[in-house]
Amino acid sequence: MGWRRHLVRLGSAACAAVFGFALPPSALAGGDLIIGISQFPGNFNPNINAMAAKTYILHMARRPITVFDADWRLICMLCTELPSLENGRAREETTSEGKSGMAVRYTLKPGLKWGDGQPITTEDVAFTWKVGREPLSGVTVLDFYKRILSVEVHDKRNFTLHLDRRTCDFAEINEFELLPKHLEAEAFAKPAEYRHRSLYETDTANPGLWYGPYRVTDVVSGSRVVLEPNSLWTGTPPHFKRVIVTTISNTASMTSNLLAGGIDYVAGEIGLTLDQAAAFRSRYPNRFKYVFKKSLVYEHIDLNLENPILKDPRVRRALLMAVDRKAISKQLFDGYQPVANSVVNPLDTVYDPDVRKVTYDPSAAGKLLDTAGWKTSESGIRRNAGGKPLRLQLMTTAGNRTRELVEQVLQSQWRDAGFDIRIRNEPARVFFGETVTKRKFPAMAMYAWLTSPAKVPRGQLHSSMIPTAKNGWSGQNYPGIKNTQLDETLDSIETECAPAANKMLWHRLQDLYATHLPALPLYFRAEPHIMPKWLKGVRPTGHQYASTLWIEHWRGNKGGGVK
Amino acid sequence: MIRFLINRLGGSLVVLLIMSFIIYGLIGLMPGDPIDEMIAANPDLTSEDVAHLKSLHGLDKPIMERYGNWLSAALGGDFGYSRIHARPALEILMPHLWNTTVLMSIVMALSLAIAIPLGVAAAYKPNSFLDYGANLISFAGISVPPFWLALLAIIIFSVTLGWFPAGGMETVGDGGLGDRARHMVLPVMVLTLHTVGGYTRFIRASMIQTLRQDFIRTARAKGMSDIRLLIHHALRNAILPLVTVVALGFGSLFSGALITETMFSWLGVGKLIFDSILGNDFNLALVGLLFATLMTLIGNIIADIAYTWVDPRIDLAAGAGRA
Repeated sequence: MGWRRHLVRLGSAACAAVFGFALPPSALAGGDLIIGISQFPGNFNPNINAMAAKTYILHMARRPITVFDADWRLICMLCTELPSLENGRAREETTSEGKSGMAVRYTLKPGLKWGDGQPITTEDVAFTWKVGREPLSGVTVLDFYKRILSVEVHDKRNFTLHLDRRTCDFAEINEFELLPKHLEAEAFAKPAEYRHRSLYETDTANPGLWYGPYRVTDVVSGSRVVLEPNSLWTGTPPHFKRVIVTTISNTASMTSNLLAGGIDYVAGEIGLTLDQAAAFRSRYPNRFKYVFKKSLVYEHIDLNLENPILKDPRVRRALLMAVDRKAISKQLFDGYQPVANSVVNPLDTVYDPDVRKVTYDPSAAGKLLDTAGWKTSESGIRRNAGGKPLRLQLMTTAGNRTRELVEQVLQSQWRDAGFDIRIRNEPARVFFGETVTKRKFPAMAMYAWLTSPAKVPRGQLHSSMIPTAKNGWSGQNYPGIKNTQLDETLDSIETECAPAANKMLWHRLQDLYATHLPALPLYFRAEPHIMPKWLKGVRPTGHQYASTLWIEHWRGNKGGGVK
Repeated sequence: MIRFLINRLGGSLVVLLIMSFIIYGLIGLMPGDPIDEMIAANPDLTSEDVAHLKSLHGLDKPIMERYGNWLSAALGGDFGYSRIHARPALEILMPHLWNTTVLMSIVMALSLAIAIPLGVAAAYKPNSFLDYGANLISFAGISVPPFWLALLAIIIFSVTLGWFPAGGMETVGDGGLGDRARHMVLPVMVLTLHTVGGYTRFIRASMIQTLRQDFIRTARAKGMSDIRLLIHHALRNAILPLVTVVALGFGSLFSGALITETMFSWLGVGKLIFDSILGNDFNLALVGLLFATLMTLIGNIIADIAYTWVDPRIDLAAGAGRA
């Protein structure tokens, strides 16, 4: 083999000599940290278009006023103290319309500066609010900004938000994405053109737009974003000379780049799926560091409660009992994606550890079906008194290998319990764009939700959120559950802020969910991070606020570890 | 000739107009839109936000109304903004178009440079070792899926040998001509291997047919050398079908190679159009596809003109082409 290797090296040297080929890219990149992600952000204005890729990149160059940390607790990033009723920063008030509202006071940390040296002040806060609530500006979370009736500026650092309702999550203003008034005011002069004229789109590398430990210095649309340290950052100094976020949409190409040294780290937030990462790890178990962070992505099966078979709660329960979710999690996901018992993630502070857990029990499932009138037949498929088979349709996104695998296991296990499951998958566009959103799935639809910590699932479970043609298909209560107790609990959770009482309501919500089963909980997804062994300090979060929010704590020396 | 050109250009404009309607309609008929994707990325998006955004981007209007608005603006030179890139569609398209054109031009030139001599050599001595070798390369190139070829190339030349980068177009901080050339080697190699087979087969078949013609036998009888016979007599006649094939492929210079671009993270127009269609970015998808259509039409006009150069007997003014 030796002479062949020498021949290859000789050939390589010859090519280098003749064509001037240089060293592999990793060697050229020097001390840079090169991160691979699978999507490129469509735009860079933090308030326009929600996209995981953009959030991941911008978190290195900007910071929200408040955010959930890696332990899923709300913290201040730009403010000095979280407002609460106890510390007097929050108080109830009556709005001009006579409704119950809230006044919430924040103080910006001292010394905050935009990347061009201009101080970050409450003028920027007021300007951002003005842009945010302007319907023509194209801001994604218009409703969030509209809930803020006014911004009262006290001085350069102190401001009060007057909210149009009294809710317990008043302190959480994670969506309030500060904009630099001194740069963006001109672009906002014509609100309808703001989304095109914003400097975030026309002059993305302008240092004045950024105030994180890094700032964006170069953008090659569709390919990469380069970030370099922000000299005006007052926090922990960032370690890397440059962070290059490069987009590789093909999985095989992504892993090849990782092996070839083209990238150092595949971000778990928006990189590979868990099965892809697990397969990669089985081939290269010791070459990289693998972190599988449990996330807030809730994989489940929505049940259409208008389906005559699924109307019966006994059938819904039997469906869940007939599935060995633990085995699925272990066999297909190496146990990294934990079984879900309710809509709330076990890592969430509001999770009820005593929530009713439905375990795999095919004989109990059979008994339930018997009592529901579905008797076994010679073919193995259960039938009711009228001879109608226990037939249900299961739908999900076509081409999603993980879901299709799970689907096959489910079909087989349900077949053993006497269900005749017919699979009909659709491309994601059709599935989400039409079938799910317009509740066109006849029985079961398997997909995932992304939630925030302690996020009240009003949109998914409240009866007022059932999408219909009449309400323009708004709302995400796709199963169509209408339950007074559930509605009351959801309403109360939002307004009952005493911690003990609030927790009780969360527990009640989880119990109601487990009792009525508008959906079959499957598992919570995990984010697979594949990083070099030399990279330290990365703390994946598992929620939509990416680990890059703490990038200044990332450390490592490329030459000092296994490559 | 001028009358021919005017007729063809007029016809091309009609084709473009029809194509714009078909493409717009087809994209519009697809369910889902970018706002649905936003819901997946942001759990704080409310139903009111969704309704507002759909209205802001005109997604709540009937498709015909949207098409009419687009067409009237496009006729005035305004092709609109890319919704997912928040920039003018042309501004987004042009750099990608350039990248694709550079890549595909090199591929086409290289493919022809390999295919023509290979096809001629294979036809000159059919069923010889050379012919079998050429056939093997041709069929392998045609039948092997480009994504697999790309993956193989990445594993061998990038992961194992470390000669070339596994993807991208340049190294950050470098970006010189040599660096860009290094990044181009693997995509060019894969695409050339994929393209060269078809061209070789065309040339071979056409040459074999031409070499059986009487005028070839006469030329041989007159004592003409094989090289002269092949190049000056046979190839000149045999190349005509290839002109058509190359002309049809001219559009691909501007429409890109989706799979190869995806595998090598090459910022080409193929991937851009694909993403814009998936993202319901009407303006960008339309401009990209119409440009590719326009280039195919222009390629065909050039091919017609090229026929007259290759075969002077062809008279375009006569209508059907051949006198």
